[in-house]
Amino acid sequence: MTESQNKHKKTITRLLIAVVGMFGFGFALVPLYDVFCDLAGINGKTNGRYEASTEMQEVDESREVRIQFITHNNESMPWEFKPTVTEIKVNPGQMTQVDFYARNPTSSRMVAQAVPSLSPSEGVNYFHKTECFCFNQQALEAKEEILMPLIFVVDQALPKHIKVLTLSYTLFDQGQFDQDGFDKKVFIQQKEDQIQVLGSL
Amino acid sequence: MSTVVDINTENNHDDHEHHGPAKGIARWLFTTNHKDIGSMYLWFSFLMFMIGGCMALTIRAELFQPGLQLIEPEFFNQMTTLHGLIMVFGAVMPAFVGLANWMIPMMVGAPDMALPRMNNWSFWILPFAFTLLLSTLFMEGGGPNFGWTFYAPLSTTYAPDTVTFFIFGVHMMGISSIMGAINVIATILNMRAPGMTLMKMPLFVWTWLITAFLLIAVMPVLAGVVTMMLTDIHFGTSFFNAAGGGDPVLFQHIFWFFGHPEVYIMILPAFGAVSQVIPTFSRKPLFGYHSMVYAVASIAILSFIVWAHHMFTVGIPLVGELFFMYATMLIAVPTGVKVFNWVATMFRGSLTFETPMLFSIAFVVLFSIGGFSGLMLAIAPSDFQYHDTYFVVAHFHYVLVPGAIFGIFAAVYYWLPKWVGNMYNEKLGKMHFWLSFVGMNLTFFPMHFLGLAGMPRRIPDYALQFADFNQIASVGAFMFGTTQLLFLYIVINCIRKGEKATAQVWEGAEGLEWTIPSPAPYHTFTTPPEVK
Amino acid sequence: MLSRLVRWAPTSLLPALYAADVSAEYGLNMPVGVTDISRSVFDLHMQIFWICVVIAVIVFGVMFYSIFKHRKSKGAVAAQFHESTTVEIIWTIIPVFILILMAWPATTTLIEMYDSSDSDVDIKVTGYQWKWRYEYIGQDVDFFSNMSTPKDEIYNRAEKNVNYLLEVDNELVIPVNKKVRFLITANDVIHSWWVPDFAVKKDAIPGFINESWTRVNETGIYRGQCTELCGKDHGFMPIVVRVVEQEEYDTWIATKQAEAKAAAELAKLTFTLEEQMTRGEKVYATNCAACHQANGAGIPPSFPALKGSPIAVGPVEEHIKRVVNGVAGSAMQAYGAQLSEVDLAAVITYERNAWGNDTGDNVSAKDIVDFNNK
Repeated sequence: MTESQNKHKKTITRLLIAVVGMFGFGFALVPLYDVFCDLAGINGKTNGRYEASTEMQEVDESREVRIQFITHNNESMPWEFKPTVTEIKVNPGQMTQVDFYARNPTSSRMVAQAVPSLSPSEGVNYFHKTECFCFNQQALEAKEEILMPLIFVVDQALPKHIKVLTLSYTLFDQGQFDQDGFDKKVFIQQKEDQIQVLGSL
Repeated sequence: MSTVVDINTENNHDDHEHHGPAKGIARWLFTTNHKDIGSMYLWFSFLMFMIGGCMALTIRAELFQPGLQLIEPEFFNQMTTLHGLIMVFGAVMPAFVGLANWMIPMMVGAPDMALPRMNNWSFWILPFAFTLLLSTLFMEGGGPNFGWTFYAPLSTTYAPDTVTFFIFGVHMMGISSIMGAINVIATILNMRAPGMTLMKMPLFVWTWLITAFLLIAVMPVLAGVVTMMLTDIHFGTSFFNAAGGGDPVLFQHIFWFFGHPEVYIMILPAFGAVSQVIPTFSRKPLFGYHSMVYAVASIAILSFIVWAHHMFTVGIPLVGELFFMYATMLIAVPTGVKVFNWVATMFRGSLTFETPMLFSIAFVVLFSIGGFSGLMLAIAPSDFQYHDTYFVVAHFHYVLVPGAIFGIFAAVYYWLPKWVGNMYNEKLGKMHFWLSFVGMNLTFFPMHFLGLAGMPRRIPDYALQFADFNQIASVGAFMFGTTQLLFLYIVINCIRKGEKATAQVWEGAEGLEWTIPSPAPYHTFTTPPEVK
Repeated sequence: MLSRLVRWAPTSLLPALYAADVSAEYGLNMPVGVTDISRSVFDLHMQIFWICVVIAVIVFGVMFYSIFKHRKSKGAVAAQFHESTTVEIIWTIIPVFILILMAWPATTTLIEMYDSSDSDVDIKVTGYQWKWRYEYIGQDVDFFSNMSTPKDEIYNRAEKNVNYLLEVDNELVIPVNKKVRFLITANDVIHSWWVPDFAVKKDAIPGFINESWTRVNETGIYRGQCTELCGKDHGFMPIVVRVVEQEEYDTWIATKQAEAKAAAELAKLTFTLEEQMTRGEKVYATNCAACHQANGAGIPPSFPALKGSPIAVGPVEEHIKRVVNGVAGSAMQAYGAQLSEVDLAAVITYERNAWGNDTGDNVSAKDIVDFNNK
């Protein structure tokens, strides 16, 4: 191979590695984006299940935070879906439960996924959900209705200038079949167990 | 700042049996010659410019008056989408690649590009990609209708079936660009004539070197994002679908990470071309060569950290918004440096105003106006009033039309005598310039006012207060579009019966390309020249 | 020459400054608007604009001077200077200072725009293809806002009225001088809610919620448009906000709440076929004609024809199911969530009898209620 061909080979190899690397980087942006959203609490994507420590936070009675609940059905999702209360005042550190009503008015089984979004997004890291119907898909038979619990606590470290948090759920139709073989009976029993545990604290 | 000492133009036939190009269509299908490939890119780009232009005229015809007269909103959305895609990927980028192919080997004293066969493939992918893309207009459901920026979920869940062909087309164009960029970098880094250090290269070569690195960095990201679209549409993934835990805003981040460097890819070679033309017709060296190189490099680096200025209204938190605002404003600094350097090149020169110079001067003035509206857009609070209005349309057409396109015209008029061996008709060239200048300004200047007055983008019909300026813009558009037929005539006329050109062509021209005869022989610099 | 320039410059600037405000009325410039934020944004816009103009005049001035004085035809001989580090540093540093000067007011205005705390009214704004939905949180007021410009005006069969494309059937009503917070989301694709006079623009993203706010200083009617490409009728989903005194707002809220109750009462009545057709045609024109067309021909394959459609002349139950529950995976929305039972009954009746479908069916609101409860 001539000297110039060698030089080309080196250049081309490096550039091809760069191309493949940047293609991978494009895909890496997906989890990177999630990491940033988590770190900075941006985009309103709430965090996953919050493990309540046995040492519960002190309730800060001097401060009140308004929590608003709004719901939305995406596209043609025909379920009735609404919070039992649209607004509630809580103290930081106080564990609270709010139920959401859902009903499937159609004549066939349907599976839904609720996706939460919190505003202002700065509040995301201070709003902890220990139990949320949004953690799993929800299946409802034809005409079935259900009350789904949300159990949350607002962190004491919530910045002082945030006085209202708006939690929005969008309900999406996932088709007829659960994607992870979700067993509702077991889910309900687990919830009841957890509520019992929390109640005893 | 290169001085040519020893020229080897006579030695073209030395080292091998002289054979001219093949005959007939086989010549064009199988050529590995950078001049042939450059010509094919340029003709292809002009054809795409005409097609994209017809789509623009369809849009402007519908927008001539309020009300829907000619086309339905669904078709209008296909026109705006394809106009953008074709102009960006079919007209501007291939034109610059064509210029690169023609000029880079000659400007660095190399006999051809580093990888001549891959060069051929890079070109021939394009007609296939664009035939695929254009044919979607005739398929059921219509062509892509989600804007050239194809945001999800409009471009995934809600897209017509042809979106899959759109994705394949984009993949093909991307592969072509990446291969072209590899070729350019290998050529520039490894094939410069002895004595041509990096800091002696003409600025056009520098801008293409940097552009090629930008292409390597971001075209794969575009490939990634359209692949994610493909799997979202067909394979049940949820990258951009909130239902599955994804996020439509993620699409925008990934797209604009590609998209912002892409717009610099579309302008840096024009900076380079203009940096060749202005010194020639000022009979004075380019002012601040080193600064010019650093400025282009700074612009390229900064272009990676400003992408979210296209997303100011998406709901980015305050800190993020401030960061992107500051970073975007910063790009004005190296860009300003370049403008000052061009003006300083002209200052106390000995100026003549042939067609390439006219286009270059107009470039400096009008691109700067586009830059100013860009600076206004960078100011995030104001952007809430400008975003997705005709103010943005005005901005990017000012940087793309008198920016990229006039840069291409300047380059073509400048180097055409070298390629063809004949001078073009200077009177007609000037006419093309003035008609284009007036047409372009008539079309796009009123759009600033339309945007400020509240007219959104991508709408086929508008409220009555926007009528007058829309009418002016449409008249200007037809004027600008028709004038390009004059350009076609000028080029063909030059090829067929222009006055013979000398090797030097232009009195003030400097550089290796002016040391070889006009027309440039099929093979040049088979023996490298010595550069002092 | 220079002294002449200096003399007329200030006087020529004056009309320009005045023109900035005046020309806003003639649609040349950004509106000053009716909120403190919109005024700040306008001022910022003008400041940046004038800085750009001054820089342009200087730079282009030097260039045009060169074009005149340094022409070869006038005998100019080219100098050969081609670099100066000092000059490069100067014209790098000065722009940086100018930028810092610009960044300061931009930063303070942006911080103000992001502070949506302590609102008096909260409204959820949802973008649909191709209309807006407004829900007053905690007030039980929830309605759709559709463009009300007749198709005849759009297709040049009737003269266009002064609010062409900027008028709706149900306006958003908010109180003057009160802080109104908007919670913005979308039902399908990305939309964007913009009212220029408020300087409020925020993208509506399906599955996510965005926040914005305004405090309007003057009563009046303010019009805006969707500013994110969202499909074929992106240009036909305007926003109209009526800002009124607190009293009028309170009355309006009460009226809206009463209307909702009345609609429920209305569902108990029955109507003649003729009354149904009249009402149904209106509902159809507002909600269905965009896709299925006024003549029922649709735009196949995306939007099926209703004229002669097997659904519209076949079993009533299937027709009701389609309209109320929509069709998953298609553009057909679930109108059960958007229209009252009376409107649903009327539009289904209309579809079953118009364009020669002539089934003679008269679907009542009670039928819809029964369907929902089955």
